[in-house]
Amino acid sequence: MDKKQKKVVVVPCSGIGKSFGSVARETAHELVENVRPNVTVLTCLPLLVINDSDARQLITENPVITIDGCPKDCAKKSVESVGKKDFHTCRAATFYSTHKDLKPQGVTRLNDAGLKLARIAAEELAAKVDELVKEES
Amino acid sequence: MELNVLSNRKVGIVSCSGEGIPEGTVSRLACLKVLGKLKANETVTICLPLFIAGGEEERTFAKTFPTVTVDGCEKLCAAKATEMLSGKPSKSLVVSEILKKRGIAVPTKLRDFGNEEETAVNAVAEEIAKAVDEVLEKE
Repeated sequence: MDKKQKKVVVVPCSGIGKSFGSVARETAHELVENVRPNVTVLTCLPLLVINDSDARQLITENPVITIDGCPKDCAKKSVESVGKKDFHTCRAATFYSTHKDLKPQGVTRLNDAGLKLARIAAEELAAKVDELVKEES
Repeated sequence: MELNVLSNRKVGIVSCSGEGIPEGTVSRLACLKVLGKLKANETVTICLPLFIAGGEEERTFAKTFPTVTVDGCEKLCAAKATEMLSGKPSKSLVVSEILKKRGIAVPTKLRDFGNEEETAVNAVAEEIAKAVDEVLEKE
């Protein structure tokens, strides 16, 4: 893959039972669709487990950011499982710890506070995306 | 997940998380509808990322209890991961196939679903609920 074509791969955990899983997913969508649409790309986490060759290649050949919903760090572990060693990890709860007024609630539909927290998290992660893009250029 | 407090009549629902495709969002929302409304007393959620990352309780549950997997696309990540880590799912559903069978357009958005996308979610939720009933009948 040409270095110029590299994109930052964003992998959220999407934990189905927890609000922070939804925040992680929403943050990833916000980052990829609105905040840094031209330099980021999403991949489905379960593809890594079934050994999907395209997903593995995407992960191993590009910079990666994982966003986990809880301390079990499923997204991080899944990326590690394909042999990726050096990548940026974060947890949705970390963003909440610095924005305690934005308590996320709901899973199917995040409350307004959760959506706002995801937007803030995406903006904060944009700096890391810029840094990774700069390193690759 | 506390296995010792679960009755025998429970079905584990394993949704693909499908972050990169609209069908993944349909799967997630349809499963949540089944878990929270349509079959709240008969189903439990199995968090696929946790299941994959080594969640022992999730894996043990899926070995002991029947499962229904719901995948967004033909790559069948949820079905394959369940079979690989625990056992063959009792039923394996695919969002794209359900929508095609029912003549419903596949949503094009990853999030912010409205009424149009809700039709797809409801159709998939109905099929999951039907699959749960069929699995429990066999149990």
